[in-house]
Amino acid sequence: MKLMGAFRSNSWFFASVGCLIIIPLLFPSLAFINIISEILIMALFAVSLNLLIGYTGLISFGHASFFAVGSYTVGIILQNFSSSLPLAIPLSLLWGMVLSGIIALPIGYFCTRLSSIYFAFLTLAFSQIIYAVIIKWQNLTGGDQGLVGGIPKPPIVLGGLVIDMSSPFALYFLIVVAVCISLLVIKRITDSPFGWILRALRENSARMSFLGIDAKKHQIAVFVISGIFAGLSGGLMALHLSGSYPDHAYWTKSAEPIFMIMLGGLRTFAGPILGALIVTELSVYMCKYTGIWGLGFGSFLVLYLIVIREGILDVFIKWRERRRSAISHKK
Amino acid sequence: MDIDSLLKCLMSPSCIMGQIINGVIIAMILFLVASGLSLILGVLGVLNFSHGSLYMIGAYVTYTVMETVGNFGVALLTAPIVVGIFGLILERLFIRRIYGYDELYQLLMTYAFILILDDVVKFIWGILDLSVPMPRTFQRPPVHIFGAIFPVYYIFIVLAAAMVAVGIWVFLSKTKLGKIINTAASDPEMLMCLGINVPLVYTLVFGLGSLLAGLGASLAAPLRSIAPGMGFAVIIESFVIVIIGGLGNIMGTFAIALLFGLLRSFGILGFPLYELSFIYILMTVVLIIRPAGLFGRLRS
Repeated sequence: MKLMGAFRSNSWFFASVGCLIIIPLLFPSLAFINIISEILIMALFAVSLNLLIGYTGLISFGHASFFAVGSYTVGIILQNFSSSLPLAIPLSLLWGMVLSGIIALPIGYFCTRLSSIYFAFLTLAFSQIIYAVIIKWQNLTGGDQGLVGGIPKPPIVLGGLVIDMSSPFALYFLIVVAVCISLLVIKRITDSPFGWILRALRENSARMSFLGIDAKKHQIAVFVISGIFAGLSGGLMALHLSGSYPDHAYWTKSAEPIFMIMLGGLRTFAGPILGALIVTELSVYMCKYTGIWGLGFGSFLVLYLIVIREGILDVFIKWRERRRSAISHKK
Repeated sequence: MDIDSLLKCLMSPSCIMGQIINGVIIAMILFLVASGLSLILGVLGVLNFSHGSLYMIGAYVTYTVMETVGNFGVALLTAPIVVGIFGLILERLFIRRIYGYDELYQLLMTYAFILILDDVVKFIWGILDLSVPMPRTFQRPPVHIFGAIFPVYYIFIVLAAAMVAVGIWVFLSKTKLGKIINTAASDPEMLMCLGINVPLVYTLVFGLGSLLAGLGASLAAPLRSIAPGMGFAVIIESFVIVIIGGLGNIMGTFAIALLFGLLRSFGILGFPLYELSFIYILMTVVLIIRPAGLFGRLRS
């Protein structure tokens, strides 16, 4: 019964997952699964960052740190040990998450001691250190070339079941499953008492400490959780691109999910997902038809900031609430 | 690690001098750009990520003036003024709309201009690397100081940047407009009560900051290649310097720029593997111990 309830309350979500699985089965198109994979990966990245920005009110400018750690972990493990492990791909993704979490712990510990703009700068500084390490540690990371030569994708062996991961469709389904499970888990976290404490910390952390809640402990915890899922999205990106590149750690990569969150809306769970969809679609079509992605997307952002200024779903929710209160007023 | 070559260098005065000069050149150019950024951040409270793109425009304008007029003096005057005027327009039309909003909006707005300006530059000047020839005035035999050899132009850069540093410091601390700008940073409401047009002061500060970026770019143009996207590295290094030096503190910016340049030039000898991360580690340590920067006061 509990399961049915979970299905009903997330009916939108399961309908979309169904579409994502059925459409490529009916109309196999490489272009379609490529763009959907990218949207899903960036959506997970943006949602993980929104745990900090939207829910907890911590503005991080260095989320690319964990994206890069995940990406390089998966790349390095698969390039070096792929043949000896039957579950190489899932294990490498798991290691990517674990390492991102381990790195997020000290970073979160130091960053949460600062507030507002200094928090943002410190996250930026840490991500630039990781960028510098990636550029200079050439034996391990390939330096400024990145991990080139492709990332091998050995089959997943589960008992008697062998899944050939070299096919792009198999990889696509892996990405769909990994992203959707992660989104469900993050949704569950935001709906838990822990998630409500985060919102309360955003609104008034002093009051929460009167209630005996250790603000810093909760902030570090959400920082680590957010880092773990960013690491997973980075690992999936390494599989999707079949390579890990230093710009996964560069500060521009930290800016990308921020655009998505700001465009989609930071007060809802689905906002960053919508943002990832818009930004990725816009960049694909602008590249395809105009070749002036920067000019087009930049002008779009400026216009958007001047005219609407808030995330799309935030505007929508405000509008719906106003309408509801107007209706109840009439009655 | 290559401690040997660092020690060997420290044994010879000519090598020390050479590295110092190299470091100081990096420092001076970064100082000009970072001081503009620091001014904008300190007074307006805006995180101007597009500052690197203003630097880029300055470099391209220098290139065009050198191609058409051929006189470096003219280029050195034109480029900062063009970038300054561009900054005035940018502030008046766009940046002004995001004062007082979250840092997120500032990131979004100024990042949008990075994307736009990079494409505009590609349209006008193409995607290939360009270079500006060494101005004829400075095509002289190199100078020897303590046995180190370097071009005359280096001395010019150091002198010019030092003059600008002193000039900004005198302007901000001794002149009336400078004092108004200082007050605009701390108490804009009181300033408005005194009948001073604070929005105009803000526009001027943004223009001045842009002008400094243009000046830095113009001075660096004969030494470095010019390409779209060159602003990305400049902006991040400038931010590091501004943060370590303390937001809005020009002298702090100067000191840290020098430290940055010297860390680079000596670090690359002794620790070629770690040189890149030195400055970010320093930034991390400073932020953890003294978030307001080495020479700054905490911004509420």
